[in-house]
Amino acid sequence: MGRLSVDLCGITLDNPVIPASGTFGFGYEFAELYDINCLGTFSLKGTTKNARFGNATPRIAECTSGMINAVGLQNPGVDAVIAEELPKLKQCFHKKVMANVSGFSVEEYAEVCAKLDKQTQVGWLEVNVSCPNVHGGGMSFGVQPDAAASVVKAVKAVTTKPVIVKLSPNVTDITEIAKAVEAAGADGVSLINTLLGMRIDLKTKRPVIANTMGGFSGPAVFPVAVRMVYQVAHAVKIPVVGMGGVSSAEDVIELMLAGATAVEIGTMNLIDPFACKKIIEALPAVMDQYKIDNLSDIIKGVR
Amino acid sequence: MKQGNFTITENIALTSDVMRMRLSGDVSDITAPGQFINLKLDGLFLRRPISVYDLDPTGVSIIYKIVGKGTAALAKMKKGETLDVLTGLGNGYDLSKSGSDVCLLGGGVGVPPLYLLCKRLLAQGKRVSVVLGFNKKDEVFCEDAFRALGADVTVTTVDGSYGKKGFVTDALPEHYDYFYTCGPEPMLKAVYRSTKTSGQFSFEERMGCGFGACMGCTCKTVTGYKRICKDGPVLEKEEILWAD
Repeated sequence: MGRLSVDLCGITLDNPVIPASGTFGFGYEFAELYDINCLGTFSLKGTTKNARFGNATPRIAECTSGMINAVGLQNPGVDAVIAEELPKLKQCFHKKVMANVSGFSVEEYAEVCAKLDKQTQVGWLEVNVSCPNVHGGGMSFGVQPDAAASVVKAVKAVTTKPVIVKLSPNVTDITEIAKAVEAAGADGVSLINTLLGMRIDLKTKRPVIANTMGGFSGPAVFPVAVRMVYQVAHAVKIPVVGMGGVSSAEDVIELMLAGATAVEIGTMNLIDPFACKKIIEALPAVMDQYKIDNLSDIIKGVR
Repeated sequence: MKQGNFTITENIALTSDVMRMRLSGDVSDITAPGQFINLKLDGLFLRRPISVYDLDPTGVSIIYKIVGKGTAALAKMKKGETLDVLTGLGNGYDLSKSGSDVCLLGGGVGVPPLYLLCKRLLAQGKRVSVVLGFNKKDEVFCEDAFRALGADVTVTTVDGSYGKKGFVTDALPEHYDYFYTCGPEPMLKAVYRSTKTSGQFSFEERMGCGFGACMGCTCKTVTGYKRICKDGPVLEKEEILWAD
C-alpha cells in the first residue's frame, strides 16, 4: 500500500482519483494522451439496456466556473459495451473499472447490472439513480427513498460485486436517500451528481440547452459537494465516493476530509484532458505541505 | 491531440468584426485542413473551438468573428501573450476523395478552413474554383489570399454590393467533379441541394470538450451517431441526415 492508496469496498485503489462517468468516455480518447493506468480507476460512460442517442443538441451551455450538460445518456447499450467497449478497454487499462448503470425501470437496472457483474474487468457497479437529463428515468428513482431502495434491492439480488449508488443533490435531504440505499444493501454511495440548472440565450430568448434544463457541474458546485459529502458521511457507515467540481489535489484532500473514501473528477477532464494525471502527480507534494502521511488516514478527518 | 502553450505573434482585424490570429507553438499534431484547435481563455470555463486557417512549420493561424464573450476576449489579446491550446482536433477534409477539378464553397466565417485546403489541393496540381459568400461588401475577407494562391475566385454578396449578387449556390462553376464546403447551416443545406457531385461538409456545434469525451455534440448520420468534434467536423455528403 502506497501513501496515496485507499480501499474502496474491498478493492485497493493505488490512489483515490477516479474520472467520473460521462466525462471520460470508455477511456480510449484519454489513453491516446497518457497511460490511464495511473488512475485509481475510472467510471465508464453511463450504460443502459438499449442503445440511446440521447437528447437533441445543443447539449452544452457555459456557466461561470462551470457548465450545463444535457447529453441524455448517449451510449451503445449494455450488450455492445460488453462485446465491443470492454475488449477495447482491456488493451489500454489493466485495472478493475467501475461500470456505471442507468435504467428506466427496476427490472432494467437489475438486468444491466447482472450482465456487467459477470465481466471480470468490472470491479464495482455504480448505479446511477440520479441522471437529471432523461425524462421519466434515472432521477425519479433517486429522489424518493423507497424507489431508490427498490432499485438497490433488485440489483443486489442479482450481483456479487460492490454496488455504489450515485445520488442526486436535487433533493430536500440527501441523507434520507443515502440511509435508504444503505438499508437496502448498497455497499457505497457516490455523490454529487449534477445540479439541475438552466440558461437562457438573451438574443433568442430561448433556453440554451435544447432539452431546456440540464445538469450543472464544474468548480462552482464544489462547496455543495463538500457539504453533502460531509452530511452523508456522517449519516451512513458505507464508503462515500465524493465528487462535484473537483479541480485540484487540494480539492481531493478537502473532499476526503469531509468524508470521501475516493474522489471522482468529472468536468475538469473536458477542460484539461490531463487533469486527473496532473492531480495524481500533485498529491504527494500537497500531502507533504499539510503533513499528511497517508491519504487513507484523513478520510472523514474534518474536526 | 496535443496540449501546448502558444504565443500570439499576430492578432489583426480583417473587417470590422473578423480577426486573424497567428499562434506560434508545436503544431505537429495538425495533420489535415478542416481540423480545429481549442483555446482556453482566462475567466471563461469552456474552451473555444476555432478552425485552422493556415499552417506553417512553427505555428497556426485562425480567423474568427467576434460574436460572443470568448471571441471578444480573444480579439483583445496582444502579440506576445500566451494561450493554452489543444491542437490536432477533428478529422479534417479528406483530400484523397477529390478529383482533378475541385470546387470550394465558403460562407462567412466558414471561409477560413478552406484556405489551407485550397493550398494543399493546388499543391497536388488540381484545378480549384473557389466561391466565397458574404452578406455585403464590407464583410468580405480572404478574397485576395485565395487569389494569391492561384485559385479561380468568385465572390458573392447577398445584397449585390460586391461581386456577384446572390448566394454561393448562385455562382457554382460550370464544371467540377468534387466539392468541399463550410458555412452556416442554411448555406450547407442549399449546397447539399444544388450540387450534383459528391463532396464534404464541415459542421459546427456547441462542444463540451472538443476531443470526443463528453458526447455533447453528437449528430445522427446515415452511418450512425457521430461526434462533430471527433468523428467530424467534416462529414461526407452521402452520410448527412439533416435534423429537420
